[in-house]
Amino acid sequence: MKNILVFLETSNNALKRTSLEVSTAASQLAAGANAKAIGVVINSNNDVAGAAAKYGLSEIINVNNAKLTAHSSTAVAKIIAEVAKAEGADCVLFAANAAGLEIAPRVAVKLDAGYVADCIALNYDSNNIIAKKPIYAGKAVAKTTVETPVKVFSLRPNVFSAAENPVSANFKELSVELSDKDLSASVVNVMKNEGKLDVLEADVVVSGGRAVKGPENYYLIENLAKTLSGAVGASRAVVDAGWRPHSEQVGQTGKTVSPTLYIACGISGAIQHLAGMNGSKYILAINKDKDAPIFKNCDYGLIGDMFDILPKLTEKISKITGK
Amino acid sequence: MNILVCVARVPDTATKIMVGSGGKAIEQNGVKYVVNPYDEFALEEALRLREKNGGTVTAVTIGTDANVDVLRTSLAMGVDKAMLIKGDEPTDSYYVVANIAKVAKEISPDLILLGKQSVDYDSLQLPAMLGEMLEMPSVSVVSALTIEGDEVKAERDIEGGKEQVACKLPAIISAQKGLNDPRYPKLPDIMKAKSKPIDTREAEKTTPKTSILAIEIPSKARAGKVMEATDENIDEVVRLLNQEAKVI
Ligand SMILES: Cc1cc2nc3c(=O)[nH]c(=O)nc-3n(C[C@H](O)[C@H](O)[C@H](O)COP(=O)(O)OP(=O)(O)OC[C@H]3O[C@@H](n4cnc5c(N)ncnc54)[C@H](O)[C@@H]3O)c2cc1C
Ligand SMILES: Nc1ncnc2c1ncn2[C@@H]1O[C@H](COP(=O)(O)O)[C@@H](O)[C@H]1O
Repeated sequence: MKNILVFLETSNNALKRTSLEVSTAASQLAAGANAKAIGVVINSNNDVAGAAAKYGLSEIINVNNAKLTAHSSTAVAKIIAEVAKAEGADCVLFAANAAGLEIAPRVAVKLDAGYVADCIALNYDSNNIIAKKPIYAGKAVAKTTVETPVKVFSLRPNVFSAAENPVSANFKELSVELSDKDLSASVVNVMKNEGKLDVLEADVVVSGGRAVKGPENYYLIENLAKTLSGAVGASRAVVDAGWRPHSEQVGQTGKTVSPTLYIACGISGAIQHLAGMNGSKYILAINKDKDAPIFKNCDYGLIGDMFDILPKLTEKISKITGK
Repeated sequence: MNILVCVARVPDTATKIMVGSGGKAIEQNGVKYVVNPYDEFALEEALRLREKNGGTVTAVTIGTDANVDVLRTSLAMGVDKAMLIKGDEPTDSYYVVANIAKVAKEISPDLILLGKQSVDYDSLQLPAMLGEMLEMPSVSVVSALTIEGDEVKAERDIEGGKEQVACKLPAIISAQKGLNDPRYPKLPDIMKAKSKPIDTREAEKTTPKTSILAIEIPSKARAGKVMEATDENIDEVVRLLNQEAKVI
């Protein structure tokens, strides 16, 4: 392996946390393979992208293109593939987030590369990369290799840690031409849930199940989430009942989360729900039924009525965190 | 409007997954297979667009003879044509996408609909890959879609919200839950679907770009400290969150 290229994403004039995670993974792979880890950022600047040097990238490339006024996966794919070719990159890494998952497959086709999505481990071993990725919604893990000279991977958010490892970086500008065809799909509008933390980005997720009984009781879940600066999630029963939006659903047909702590409140632990939360580092389950399947899949469990437990738990935690 | 819908055949989501004897695939005995849940949204959207605009909906699946069942379900839901591209069981996305691309080039659809991911290998790549191979725009993880003339507006999930993407037909869309409520096929339609023709062709072999070396069942040992919710035990959980999980 010679050069590993990382797609760096910015938001609010800073690198996204997921980009720092991928940078760390790239610099660790590069160290093992005696390769170079390079970052590419689009329409940004050295001050912003320079942060990646703290996470081990020794070269950072900025591509400025005035035609790219709004995000366009097709155009970004073109840029990354061109930079990969120009730099002789034989491994390209993305975060397996909304943008990365849409761009990476296109880059793989442009580079004639095999692509493995949503990896939870990447190991360099005798001139090859072994990727581990969850399959069957995390009920199994596949050890996978890419057979082509150029390899593309996306890394599941929150699984790889972002560890500082400062190096001195070269900064470079590259220009890539974009045709109208490259811009065939573009974002025209962004609707952010202001101030709301997404379950995919949070270090703590507190989810409610059918036991919450109605949207009017969801404040119990929200309050606990607030004390832990966490995000609010839900089981499918809750989403199907219309109490919470689908964007909060955790599980096989919802989101697959991997926070440090997952708290399941009044959730039975159906196999499809477990699939979405099993990657959590620690799991706390609260359920009044001591035989609920969720208790077989938790680190900590409290047997009892969540309507009694949640206010107490929230108060006790709040005393410590002050939130 | 001519629409191509790609339908994968996957284990029912309630399946308990076990590793098969070769160690590289799951044990298939006793597994119930279904239409990939996200592909139901894709099928439903195709049918609604045809009901509104006219045209033909073709369902295609890449796999073995066993895949006929997902085509029967698609026919029962109401697709006009069903195509089986028959070959090895797919384990490499490139093999699937190359074969879908071949069909797409033949029938030149205005729209190709897929699910956001197949819930077996969770490969998460076909829609955008297909877009690149066919030089068509694609929007992934779409939960709201409007098409007027050849103008497409698709709303897709992003972290902490949604974004609206615009493109022109012909285009590729991958479906997320929320796009619609898929219909249940009615019994008479299920019966009728049994005798409808299935256009079966040989799949083209490709050199794999990825290989599965082994599959494992993760055995994450959880501490399992489950206790009655007394005040003392709630304190204990708070202590564990603070000192063990270190999230407080
Ligand atoms: C194709 C498919 C995909 C699916 N995808 C998903 C998915 O993505 N996510 C998902 O979550 N589900 C999914 N499901 C649904 C899943 O099978 C379950 O039906 C669902 O997870 C149940 O939600 P629940 O645990 O909230 O409700 P229930 O199973 O009804 O559990 C409620 C729990 O609350 C407990 N309880 C009741 N009252 C109290 C109280 N006062 N205090 C404490 N505990 C109490 C009960 O003991 C029970 O264990 C899917 C199903 C299918 C078929
Ligand atoms: N074997 C297959 N035959 C037809 N369509 C498929 C097949 N595998 C995947 N697809 C389609 O591609 C989508 C995304 O799958 P994937 O990229 O494999 O996660 C699925 O939701 C299907 O619409």
